[in-house]
Amino acid sequence: MTNIVVLVKQVPDTYSERKLSDSDFTLDRESADAVLDEINERAVEEALKITEAGEGEVTVLAVGPDRATDAIRKALSMGAHKAVHVSDPALHGSDVIATAKVIAAAIRRLDSVDLIIAGNASSDGGSGGVPAILAELLGMPQLTHARSVTVEGGTIKVDRETADEGVTHLEAQLPAVVSVTEKINEPRYPSFKGIMAAKKKPVETLTVADLGVDASEVGLDNAWSKVLEAAPKPPREAGQKIEDSGDGGVKIAEFLAAQKLI
Amino acid sequence: MPAERLLPSTEAEDLVSLAREIAREELAPLAAEYEEQSRFPREQFRLLGKSGLLGLPYPERWGGGDVPYEVYLQVLEEIATAWMSVGVGLSVHTMSCYALAHYGTDEQRDKWLPAMLGGDLLGAYALSEPHAGSDAAALSTRAVHSGDEYVINGTKAWITHGGEADFYTTMVRTSPDGGKGITCLLVDAETEGLSAAEPEKKMGMTASTTAQMIFDDARVPVERRIGDEGQGLRIALESLASGRLGIAACAVGLAQAALDEAVAYAKERTQFGRPIIDFQGVEFMLADMAAAVESARATYLDAARRRDRGMPFARQAAIAKLIATDNAMKVTTDAVQILGGAGYTRDFPVERYMREAKVPQIFEGTNQIQRLVIARELRKSS
Repeated sequence: MTNIVVLVKQVPDTYSERKLSDSDFTLDRESADAVLDEINERAVEEALKITEAGEGEVTVLAVGPDRATDAIRKALSMGAHKAVHVSDPALHGSDVIATAKVIAAAIRRLDSVDLIIAGNASSDGGSGGVPAILAELLGMPQLTHARSVTVEGGTIKVDRETADEGVTHLEAQLPAVVSVTEKINEPRYPSFKGIMAAKKKPVETLTVADLGVDASEVGLDNAWSKVLEAAPKPPREAGQKIEDSGDGGVKIAEFLAAQKLI
Repeated sequence: MPAERLLPSTEAEDLVSLAREIAREELAPLAAEYEEQSRFPREQFRLLGKSGLLGLPYPERWGGGDVPYEVYLQVLEEIATAWMSVGVGLSVHTMSCYALAHYGTDEQRDKWLPAMLGGDLLGAYALSEPHAGSDAAALSTRAVHSGDEYVINGTKAWITHGGEADFYTTMVRTSPDGGKGITCLLVDAETEGLSAAEPEKKMGMTASTTAQMIFDDARVPVERRIGDEGQGLRIALESLASGRLGIAACAVGLAQAALDEAVAYAKERTQFGRPIIDFQGVEFMLADMAAAVESARATYLDAARRRDRGMPFARQAAIAKLIATDNAMKVTTDAVQILGGAGYTRDFPVERYMREAKVPQIFEGTNQIQRLVIARELRKSS
């Protein structure tokens, strides 16, 4: 029996144009199509695989505006059993620490959580810090950047892979926090049956006050980091043309070496 | 830019999002290559089946999705936007289930319909013959009642999924009595004496297999007859009325894809120091294309909503098919024009869209036959 909480986030679709709001440089969540972050689909998939192989329930937990219910429903239609949605205007502009505190408070309210699975970093204003901070706040072991996860009894084993350090094998006792990379699996698509089932699954909506978190600990004004300035990405410049007069291959190799690609 | 839609429920929104996601991730990236190689996308139909998209407008009792046509057609449009051959295949499969779903006995439906709607099987619809196209009532494939079987001889033509399908909803002649002598049979693909001819070499939609189906003393159990003897033409024409809405939705999807490609290109391509979308000659073409796409969408949705309410919709379905497919031909042709020389090459998808747009003006009732249907309805009205 493994009860799993999956952290999910609604993000602007990477296919659409993404921008920061002019007033406070937070992510403009209204201007783009919003979707369940793909890395979270993988986290949900991994949780479903674990519970399908044994027993247990998958709860998805999202912190985000009301519209994040769409992302929650996607996770439920994939097969997650229930959801907790923390939605509060006071959370606007919260940094990673405040976000992790809110998530920790929401998880403490749940019964018997054995495993928490998150994506390693979100594709929007992501710092990649939430899983580690959350593990510290909950006093649980953290197994980050997992490319594979095995749960046997009360033990979790993870292959951790990062670009700098290669692969490390980690093992911990449950409960634990895991973050997964895009190599973990290929997420399933929901089915129409899953979509119909999702609308009957319980979604608990909570405010910061419901969680007993002090409003002075969250939001943009209480963030530990601040964006002072932002500018749109400069337009793409024309590429570099290499004429082949016998040494084309060498020139391309030199270019790639200069970019540290080879 | 994805089409903006008004959908009746959150489930419908989620369903259309699912279709759009599958279209974008699993279909669009393969379309050009499969079309080039005339490769039939059987695995992609399985994925649609697994996701519950192969039985959407049929009752839940037999494994369908019980969704209204208004929603099913918009799912279909999203699929066709990514890949016309798959969109048309989905429409044809759905049409091939119509006869059993609407005219089968409960016993027949319990026996066969769940597998047909469940996603593993793919269907085909066999009405046309080499000498019976628009004049469907002239079909001559003979079925002779012999014991508890029909023995069938003849050739069916232009069969989408011919040789690939698992079942063929087939119209055969059981008596010489013209339109009243036609009967519908649900023929299993494994039937002895049934074979597919070499696939046709077509101008477009080359990933969708089209072939003649040859019946040579093929024996089909009488229990596989749908409806009564002589009811076949009525079943066939009713199936086509709904199928036409599917083709209209596919044509709108195809035109939307061409419009999206043309707009993106016109914003990127600069001439005389400006993106070409800033020239009125180009922007007016694009505006007309958008108007053609959106008015065709509105037309098929109006017909679908009538059907969903149980109102007569034959005239509206014929109008939708006529408008949507003629508009798709115009829009895809103009998309090639906007891309200029690039549009005429196979490095860009618009020349393929233009080739794909031609056949929807021809199949499931030529656009001349649609006019005939519309005029007949006008004559009937007082």
